[in-house]
Amino acid sequence: MATPLTPILTAHWDDPDSFTIDGYSRHGGYDALPKALAMEPDAVIGLVKDTGLRGRGGAGFPTGLKWSFVPQNDGKPHYLVVNADESEPGACKDMPLLMANPHALVEGIIITCYAIRARHAFIYVRGEVPHAIRRVAAAVREAYQAGHIGTNIHGSGFDLDVVVHSGAGAYICGEETALLDSLEGRRGQPRLKPPFPAVAGLYASPTVVNNVETISNIPYIIRNGVDWFRQFGTEKSPGFKLFSVSGHVRSPGVYEAPLGITMRELIDYAGGMREGSELKFWVPGGSSVPMLTAEHLDLPMTYEAMAEAGTMLGTATPMVFDQTVSVVKTVTRWLEFYKHESCGKCTPCREGTSWMTGLLETFEAGHGQESDLQIIDDICHQIAGRSFCALGDAAATPFPGAMKYFRDEFVAGTHTSADDAFNPVASTVLAGASTR
Amino acid sequence: MEIDDTTRDEVRAIIARYPETRSALLPLLHLVQSVEGSVTPDGIEFVAEQLELTPAEVASVATFYTMYKRHRTGRHHIGVCTNSLCALLGGDVVWKSLSDELGIGHDETTADGEFSIERIECQAACTHAPSVTIDWEYFDDATPASVSEVIAKLRAGEPVQSTRGPVIRDFRATEHTLAVTDDGLAGEGPSADHRMLAGLTAAKERGMALQDTAAPASSEGEN
Repeated sequence: MATPLTPILTAHWDDPDSFTIDGYSRHGGYDALPKALAMEPDAVIGLVKDTGLRGRGGAGFPTGLKWSFVPQNDGKPHYLVVNADESEPGACKDMPLLMANPHALVEGIIITCYAIRARHAFIYVRGEVPHAIRRVAAAVREAYQAGHIGTNIHGSGFDLDVVVHSGAGAYICGEETALLDSLEGRRGQPRLKPPFPAVAGLYASPTVVNNVETISNIPYIIRNGVDWFRQFGTEKSPGFKLFSVSGHVRSPGVYEAPLGITMRELIDYAGGMREGSELKFWVPGGSSVPMLTAEHLDLPMTYEAMAEAGTMLGTATPMVFDQTVSVVKTVTRWLEFYKHESCGKCTPCREGTSWMTGLLETFEAGHGQESDLQIIDDICHQIAGRSFCALGDAAATPFPGAMKYFRDEFVAGTHTSADDAFNPVASTVLAGASTR
Repeated sequence: MEIDDTTRDEVRAIIARYPETRSALLPLLHLVQSVEGSVTPDGIEFVAEQLELTPAEVASVATFYTMYKRHRTGRHHIGVCTNSLCALLGGDVVWKSLSDELGIGHDETTADGEFSIERIECQAACTHAPSVTIDWEYFDDATPASVSEVIAKLRAGEPVQSTRGPVIRDFRATEHTLAVTDDGLAGEGPSADHRMLAGLTAAKERGMALQDTAAPASSEGEN
């Protein structure tokens, strides 16, 4: 039997006011808050630990464990910083969540801050999405007015301020320490770890950095409990997930399902491949994870199964590409992105992304030299594991992943350009609508 | 640079949001960009004074982030995502058509100061590919024709509605929103459009149960 979809975070997005406090409260919103405030903070951390919730920003680190790393009674202020810098190519689930259900995040922030004893939270939203910023800023304002944020929240003695902060266009700020530097008013470049943010984060104080979707899970968990949460997903990948399915499917969009759903099922829910289209490759969680092919369609979309297949679940935002697509062009464009977004702090990433891009462009243009394929591979190995942060590792990912399944296409790039081999119009949405 | 009293009040309010003043740097750069249309040496000097930093410190930050423009930006800024997925689904075609129509290239501005265009990176709208932004508001599922129509409307002063947001204002107005964050326009546009609702729609069509036990207003599918 097919894995059913499970609208939870998305359950009421078809209400015209789903993004307002009235729309949210109508369906049990802010019911979790008094429940959490009646618990001991450590009990809230313990409960989230018991759910096994893993970070939804890509790395999948256990959320409750991360919270428990914050030292208590250390006399320092603590901070919660929500990472809403969603910029990973392929990922489009946090921005929809902020636009349609921002109060889930706000309620989650209040509960999380209570648990980790933070009095100040920041929501760092990428600057290029003003409508997401205004929706979440309005939600914060409404929560203040309702007394859910501010001083002595609902008589609990707990005080909290929440600030919405706009970024200014830098993919690297999705890396948590670069984000903290950016929030401190500096160039967004990663910091050396350790110390980890839980010990020395924002303003050198203990800080939890969590993804939007992760924190938005919290009210639902508090409301419904550990067993309810664990009925979804697998032992190692519990819970439900927003999957943004994009590319050559009939109905691209946001699909909320338990972890463990297969890509075949997701494509089926998305209406199947577009007319006359055949799957060529897909990428489970953003351009920073290795691609897969049709032989992997029945694997469960879990952290563990994706790792076994040699890739990663990442942000769980699959991109689907059909037979009209040039792998060489796709990978080259991703590398141009990493080159553009490399912060320049460390040499392997700064130089390596530049060299790889230059070489890949010769293959896209149809005059690559076959021996350069080995050089690109060597560069990948020089970057991976030798860079300051995960951006370098990510940049070293698409090429080896593509070579594993489509080496012939790169070899063809020694004599035929990507546009000659694959008519660039055929892959467009317009072509799908008119010529099939 | 002319800074009026309203802007000075906004500067104070922005600085007051943060436990440490330097955190106000990015929002203040958005604010000066909303006044001048770009981040000028004057703007950098002003922000430096407000935060007791040196102009060099502010400039080093301003030049790191792509949204801060160092030369005059058009009244409208149009971005076309040409990262892999959007490019393949039509972004490259849209870009070429837009660039040809306006006769300018990446990061350039038309002679009349109306439009600047930019090849942008992933906009978190892959489900709406090809993604275009007008003054950073979403203009989803773009085609050469839809973008051309928008150019004509903006030139004629006719209203253009973001596909998931408010009526387009101009580049500087958006920069102001980014600085102050709350601009009274949150209610514009739909809660979610058909692509954001694709999963919910598919679930409802199949009669799949709602899972959240504390959702009394629509519990027809009790789990």
